[in-house]
Amino acid sequence: MGKLSLQEKLALLSDAAKYDASCASSGTTRRDSKDGKGLGSTEGSGICHAYAPDGRCISLLKILMTNFCIYDCAYCINRVSSGVARARFTPEEVVHLTIEFYRRNYIEGLFLSSGIIRSPDDTMADMVRIARMLREDHNFRGYIHLKTIPDAAPELIEQAGLLADRLSMNVELPTDAGLKAYAPEKNAAGIRRAMGGVRARKEAAAEKSHTGKRGAKFAPAGQSTQLIVGADGANDATILQSSTRLYGDYKLKRVYYSAFSPIPDSTAKLPLIKPPLIREHRLYQADWLMRFYGFEADEIAPDAGMLDLEIDPKLAWALANRHAFPVDVNTGARAALLRVPGFGTKSVQRILAARRNGALGYADLKRIGALVKKAQPFIVARDWSPGALTDAANLRARFAPPPEQLSLF
Amino acid sequence: MTYTVPLPRLGTFAAWRSAARALAGARVPPEQIIWMPDGSQAGLFDAPPQPLPEARAPVTATKAFLTLAEQMCCHRDPRTFDLAYQLLLGMQTGRHKLSNRADVVVNHAQQIAKNIRRDRHKMRAFVRFREVTQAGANRRSFVAWFEPDHRIEELNAPFFARRFADMDWAIVTPEVTTTFRLGEVTHTAVAATPPDLHDDTEALWRTYYANIFNPARLKIKAMQSEMPKKYWKNLPEADLIPDLIAGAEARVMQMRETAPSLPPVRAQRILDRLPRRQEGDI
Ligand code: SF4
Repeated sequence: MGKLSLQEKLALLSDAAKYDASCASSGTTRRDSKDGKGLGSTEGSGICHAYAPDGRCISLLKILMTNFCIYDCAYCINRVSSGVARARFTPEEVVHLTIEFYRRNYIEGLFLSSGIIRSPDDTMADMVRIARMLREDHNFRGYIHLKTIPDAAPELIEQAGLLADRLSMNVELPTDAGLKAYAPEKNAAGIRRAMGGVRARKEAAAEKSHTGKRGAKFAPAGQSTQLIVGADGANDATILQSSTRLYGDYKLKRVYYSAFSPIPDSTAKLPLIKPPLIREHRLYQADWLMRFYGFEADEIAPDAGMLDLEIDPKLAWALANRHAFPVDVNTGARAALLRVPGFGTKSVQRILAARRNGALGYADLKRIGALVKKAQPFIVARDWSPGALTDAANLRARFAPPPEQLSLF
Repeated sequence: MTYTVPLPRLGTFAAWRSAARALAGARVPPEQIIWMPDGSQAGLFDAPPQPLPEARAPVTATKAFLTLAEQMCCHRDPRTFDLAYQLLLGMQTGRHKLSNRADVVVNHAQQIAKNIRRDRHKMRAFVRFREVTQAGANRRSFVAWFEPDHRIEELNAPFFARRFADMDWAIVTPEVTTTFRLGEVTHTAVAATPPDLHDDTEALWRTYYANIFNPARLKIKAMQSEMPKKYWKNLPEADLIPDLIAGAEARVMQMRETAPSLPPVRAQRILDRLPRRQEGDI
């Protein structure tokens, strides 16, 4: 194999990184370089600097350090048994790309992950070295996300957390059985242990010592993980229960759902499918409901185990729980308003603020930004009452998309 | 009596603010004020600029209002200055409260500010610097061309100054050139056209853009709602988009047709060398 140019390596190692859904650069500490001695800033919400035709935000330089890997995860393009072309960046090349892209305002920072080369510790040590070069040699104050190797030594994860804004470990398969079948070299208990370690370390950093000083910030943007949807047989209920555990036990900032997507060089173990994009979308909506709207996993996932693909999970819940409606927008509690289809968290906050100035009517709700058409059957307002609509038998049909027209072949 | 208030292209908000403070202090009704942003044609019969009236009452404003008004003053529609003034006046009597989104005036003002914030955000996202460092210089220099919808150059400059502080840069828009040299920001209101610049790093960025795209997940509408076509002409990666879209289906077909592939022989050797997982690990 001839020597690859930087551009050729970049092509291979970004192609290999695209199956990781995360590109977030929000929610870390505020930093800037006003002192003139460094490069970069982070302030609250991250910025998407471009969008690819797949609709995804490009916020970070998302690359693999190398796509050589000694593991054989069936869903992964980098698995040892795949015939894909291999490449490896030097740490200097990764640093160069990050800094030069950043200076031209292409990116918010770096999301670095890697195949496992030689051993987990060697791989993790190289990633830490890259982060250290960025922070210390280049005074880089932008965003860094490191994909942590769960089996790496705790000291290395410790260093990674002190340099990076976010750490992540991908669980990938929602169940231990799935992991055993499709990622036989990975270790579910080990991943959990490592995530628990990061949580404990973060909590220790947040506590003040007896001198009243805070310790150095540890992964201030938190840790995240990804679950692949549609590769193994796990249903939505199982996936949402996994997420609940991940959020609860390890205080994860985000769980990403990634529809299993065809890879250029696939294995017979895991036949290619059309990526279940709508299912992925519904899972994100359900995840949102659990984190910001006070829903529990078992309320959202129906007994059959799969989310409704035609209507969103909040509407599905409302249709199945008509007894909870209508909610009076002028007297209803926050928690009840949050359950109204068509009311987002922002609308609810505005309703609570605005109704102090007088009872709200239909037009007011519209102005506030609520999706009134959707909310209609589920609310009472100053000049609106849904009457029998709330319990109408054909209510679902009003929302579900019409069946697709068949045309002659 | 009608007051005509000229508003310069640079420092618009400061000029609006000091005039609005004086006028609201004299409780001058909005109908008696003509706000005249730079470049607007003075009507033949408009009164010549009047000295501002004596304040009769104190004027107060919350920090949230000042933030809102500063954003509103970036808007191209000259009626926005009047709306901001109405709001300021109404807040003195308690008629308008910023938290009341059911109030038509408040809601309109918030909507305008939201548009300005979107414009500001898109500028932060889509400015692309090109390197113009002179040989032998000890600081690197970059120049970008950008076409914002509204007059947001001054509003946005602090962001770029906080972020790109160890280099010199200029952002050129059709109406204003903002430069950052040795830590100092300067604005000049001068008409400009796109500079002709070339930067080799764009080839790497384009490579990245093409390869991070997943052809099996084509969602063109989602892309365009966040990155509308009007921005494309100034984005070095955007001319790749049509071909990426056109080739997507064939690439996915090919993945399907070649699947599954046979593992290279070295794979089994590497796997055999891995330490066996202890039972009970899982
Ligand atoms: S460890 Fe598994 S998922 Fe990670 S790169 Fe290697 S094969 Fe892919």
